[in-house]
Amino acid sequence: MDLHRKYDFKNHHFAGEEGRLIPLLQQAQAMDGYITRDRIHEIHKNSGIPLTHIYGVATFYSQFRFKPVGKYMIRVCHGTACHVSGAKDITEACQDHLAIPSGETTADRLFTLETVACLGCCSLAPVIMINNDTFGNLSPKDVKKIINRYKKEGPKEAAQ
Amino acid sequence: MMKILVGLGTCGIAAGAEETYRKLSTHSQADGAGFQLGKTGCIGMCYREPLVEVRDDKGARFTYGAVSPDKVDRILEEHIKGGKPVDEWLVWSNDTVGSDKPYLDNQSRIVLRNCGTIDPESLEDYLAVEGYQALKRVLDNKDPEGLITQIIESGLRGRGGAGFLSGMKWRFARMAAGKRKYVICNADEGDPGAFMDRSVLESDPHSVLEGMAIAAYAIGNVSVGIIYVRAEYPKAIERLNIAIKQAEERGLLGDKIFGTDFEFHVKLKEGAGAFVCGEETALMQSVEGKRGMPKVRPPFPATKGLWDCPTNINNVETYANVPWIVLKGAGAFNSMGTENSKGSKVFAMAGKVKRGGLVEVPMGITIREIVFGICGGIKEDKKFKAVQMGGPSGGCIPAELQNTIIDYESINKTGAIMGSGGLVVMDETTCMVDVARFFLDFTQRESCGKCTFCRIGSKRMLEVLTRITEGKGRETDIDLLLDLAQRVKNTSLCGLGQTAPNPVLTTIKYFRSEYEAHISNKKCPAHSCNQLLTYSINDLCTGCLLCKRACKFDAISGEKKVKHVIDMSKCTKCGECFKVCNFHAVARD
Repeated sequence: MDLHRKYDFKNHHFAGEEGRLIPLLQQAQAMDGYITRDRIHEIHKNSGIPLTHIYGVATFYSQFRFKPVGKYMIRVCHGTACHVSGAKDITEACQDHLAIPSGETTADRLFTLETVACLGCCSLAPVIMINNDTFGNLSPKDVKKIINRYKKEGPKEAAQ
Repeated sequence: MMKILVGLGTCGIAAGAEETYRKLSTHSQADGAGFQLGKTGCIGMCYREPLVEVRDDKGARFTYGAVSPDKVDRILEEHIKGGKPVDEWLVWSNDTVGSDKPYLDNQSRIVLRNCGTIDPESLEDYLAVEGYQALKRVLDNKDPEGLITQIIESGLRGRGGAGFLSGMKWRFARMAAGKRKYVICNADEGDPGAFMDRSVLESDPHSVLEGMAIAAYAIGNVSVGIIYVRAEYPKAIERLNIAIKQAEERGLLGDKIFGTDFEFHVKLKEGAGAFVCGEETALMQSVEGKRGMPKVRPPFPATKGLWDCPTNINNVETYANVPWIVLKGAGAFNSMGTENSKGSKVFAMAGKVKRGGLVEVPMGITIREIVFGICGGIKEDKKFKAVQMGGPSGGCIPAELQNTIIDYESINKTGAIMGSGGLVVMDETTCMVDVARFFLDFTQRESCGKCTFCRIGSKRMLEVLTRITEGKGRETDIDLLLDLAQRVKNTSLCGLGQTAPNPVLTTIKYFRSEYEAHISNKKCPAHSCNQLLTYSINDLCTGCLLCKRACKFDAISGEKKVKHVIDMSKCTKCGECFKVCNFHAVARD
């Protein structure tokens, strides 16, 4: 896929090469799952934005990842409400069960575990998100069950 | 015909509202179903999701809570066919029944006026509730100066936290010289514990677009508005895109709005996960494709903002107020509230409160009235300890000050700030040192690194707080924290650094004894800091072996029906035994 064809930045309101950098990086991540070295060079070649600037921006924002991720992205919410409702126990349960620390991916590339600041479902705390499905009012035991369902059945059935 | 609406905000969907909707839709398509099925946004009772509302022709409304798919049949049978509501599942109605009536009845809804009553993906629904009429009136009047005066008179202050008079901001942007100007909607709602803006965007996106268009007209020379929205809010982005498209197709946005020469296009910019981008100068840097680092003010955005053009930035809630003020008049708005804080404020209620969700209350109401009157008090009737207001920039207001009124100045006096509206309730099991540590952990990670004290000072503060919660606190630590806090506040460029110490300062101010207990006695009064707890087994032990099996570290010994013993040299204080015991036989201190 051509990263640049999708972006027609003739619109003068976002004029200047720099204004388009973040959408380009978001697009690149959507295509590859993470930001690859090749894509950064591709953006540089097509836009003329200095490599240092691209790296500077990409590393500033927490959305951009530089390592491949698992099939299922588990995001454990550590917002205020989740924190006071035991998010720490939830993260520990995930770490124990998957045998990886937060921020890492399992060897079979099935799960990546992440902690995030707030998913905005505070009244359902503690909350996790697996890909686009949200699970609330969890106990550490529930988490293990949910992860097992993903292992066995895949996302569709597990999210029910 | 009866109408059934399902609340499909993010909270509802997380609680399973889509399954309920699917189940209802299989029935609604059958002949003689007797009802019409519709979608709506956030009804606000997040603690009772999934929510389903039944409306009859006479205007009666009945809201059911926790409607899982298996409850659908009985509601259809008894209420739709039989005409008799299922009282035991009702949480609210505009009649007399409903278990949680005080929750909605004690609110005053301006911003949330359409949330949970209209379909956010239907322009017709919005038009039916006077949608875009405010914009039309403004364009008919052709008096931008008068419009700005009206907004100033209404007393509307920025709902993002700082509380600057919105109309004044508009006036500055109008007076600034420039052929091209911008309006920006700040929807980068990053405070953990806040979800007001998400709910408004998901439930009533057109009201925000209309508010922005009105601001654009008032300021003049604005043809483009930008909504900077968190990428973590996919549903809000989806619905905004739908709303923008609908409005453009109908000539309510775009070129020649309502057939006039007024042109206004709205573009979405997705954030990329940086809390500091909620700060207005950092946000504009991010829109320009740079690292989101704040700039020195002045010049303020109103004179030199995005691409160096005069720019007006307000947040979602502020814009959502605007159409209402234009239609109902400044007087209707400023008759509500206190002397310096007019209108209403939306709060996202979360934490240890019985009814958590979105509430909109008139300014001037007390914290007590919100926590107990509307939200029903503390979960499991535990003791109310404090509320945390304003997220990482705010502070903790203790239970003794629960009669503090919601008003910018009154809240500031306590050391907290109004903030964007996150209100997290804490009970006796919440450790205040840990809360301070939690927020510092957040702000030091989100610091952009530009200002030294914010970058390093917050890190040192976090280290001090961490060691206190681990029982390694030193007698001088409180003074050290206070000293660092002042320096971080005084030497930071933007709001993030200037306010980052607030959670620490307020908890030391109101809960100093808790810090001292951690440091001097190595005890956590809330029994929350693991490392400071000691576990023992008392005489209530029946010798059931449950804790022995649960202990991963072989720290518990004992035979069946014989009182067990914890070996403290092996105990890691993980608390598993405390959690599994059914006989209150594991004591922790």
